[in-house]
Amino acid sequence: MATSSQESAPLFAEGGAGTLRLVAYLALAIVLMVVDHRGQYLAAVRRAAGNITGPVYWLVSAPVRIVRGAHAVVSDRGQLADENAVLRQQLLLAQARLARLGTVQEQNARLRELLDAKGRLALKAQLAELIDVDLDPFRHRIVLDVGSADGVAQGQAVIDAHGVVGQLLEVQPDRSIAILITDAGHAIPVRVVRTGLRAIAYGTGELATLRLPHIPFSADIRQGDELVTSGLGGHFPAGLPVGVIRTLTPDDSATFVLALATPAAGMSRSGELLVLHDERETIELPGQGSYEIVGPPEALPVVPAGGMP
Amino acid sequence: MSTRNRVGGIVYAASLVLSLLLGLVALPASLLPLKPFWPALVVVYWALEAPEKMSIGRAFLLGLAGDLLTGSLLGEQALRLAIVAFIVLRLRARMRFFPMLQQCLAIFALLVNDRVVMLMIRAFSGGGMAEWQYWIAPAVGTLAWPWLFLALDVARQRGARAREA
Repeated sequence: MATSSQESAPLFAEGGAGTLRLVAYLALAIVLMVVDHRGQYLAAVRRAAGNITGPVYWLVSAPVRIVRGAHAVVSDRGQLADENAVLRQQLLLAQARLARLGTVQEQNARLRELLDAKGRLALKAQLAELIDVDLDPFRHRIVLDVGSADGVAQGQAVIDAHGVVGQLLEVQPDRSIAILITDAGHAIPVRVVRTGLRAIAYGTGELATLRLPHIPFSADIRQGDELVTSGLGGHFPAGLPVGVIRTLTPDDSATFVLALATPAAGMSRSGELLVLHDERETIELPGQGSYEIVGPPEALPVVPAGGMP
Repeated sequence: MSTRNRVGGIVYAASLVLSLLLGLVALPASLLPLKPFWPALVVVYWALEAPEKMSIGRAFLLGLAGDLLTGSLLGEQALRLAIVAFIVLRLRARMRFFPMLQQCLAIFALLVNDRVVMLMIRAFSGGGMAEWQYWIAPAVGTLAWPWLFLALDVARQRGARAREA
């Protein structure tokens, strides 16, 4: 054994490093990447691997959990009381705002009824916790602790208290991976609140920046304008905050304006998030179980009750 | 001899697994760009010290495991690690006898090259261009190299001695 390795190991041994072998592996890797990039053929492989990655993520995020647990144990009463007071104040503010919103919403519903417009169904959301695992730092992905077993599906929007965070990209039985709106490969249709101008906000690969290219010079858009989802494309419900316009500059061709925006959501990689369910409503009909209604509410069986004037 | 091999095997497997896990450990966002490409360093170590244990094929498989764990494009890390393994196995005879400083420089060049490869993959798959922080990780990796080298060497020797005693 030892002698044979000595014989076959001269100073410039090809050993296990033949060029041909390298070329073969590179070709294999490239084929894999192209197949993975182009289609969903490898989804089954990823799903199978999900059985292993789950426990690994659990293991890797253990130190963070331990630190957090220790913090909860060690932090003293005063600190907790302070935190409690702050949270109470925030809750009060939020409730006041909600109360006002309630009346506005009622008003809105009545006006919509008068206009015979398509109603917007209530949002259903599910709390999801981030698993503290850093995936590839140059792609903005996060791992959430909800999966298809919890009833979430690919494409659902993920939000935090301040705005849109991203959408679910890959759903496994007990866990899912979401892509952030700041990922360089992500785009989200938005609307400027002040003027109704529509645009598309692309991710840049930086956590603090969204890019809105190709805005005409004539468009009414200013620094500080708020952006919300426009609801076009159907992935995100309309009206969720996305960001605030930070800078406006002419682009390289000098025919359009390039706007940069700051995301509204925290984009931090830990904490809790909400996964929004599709705007489908499940209604209970007596004795007949539940139904899922996919269309607009007009499709609901309406019992005529005198009708509107 | 066989116990020695077994100890080497344990250290070997543990180092590969740890390198994958280290890449996943959550860091504050400001420290993220500093994270070195641990699997590459481990591949370099084994290719230098025990080339019978680290072929291009094994580096490739390690990369595939990394791809599945981090959710990157399947084959991306595999390709990067295969290139690293190839270069080190080719230059092994010279790199082994470099003084540490020179070896660090070689590692730095290797890691920068790896970043260039990664950038090319990104460009083809439609990722964004890199910011300047992108180039910090190779420097951190270079600084980590001597310690990793020592740690693995010590682990192997200790293990072997403990078994013999």
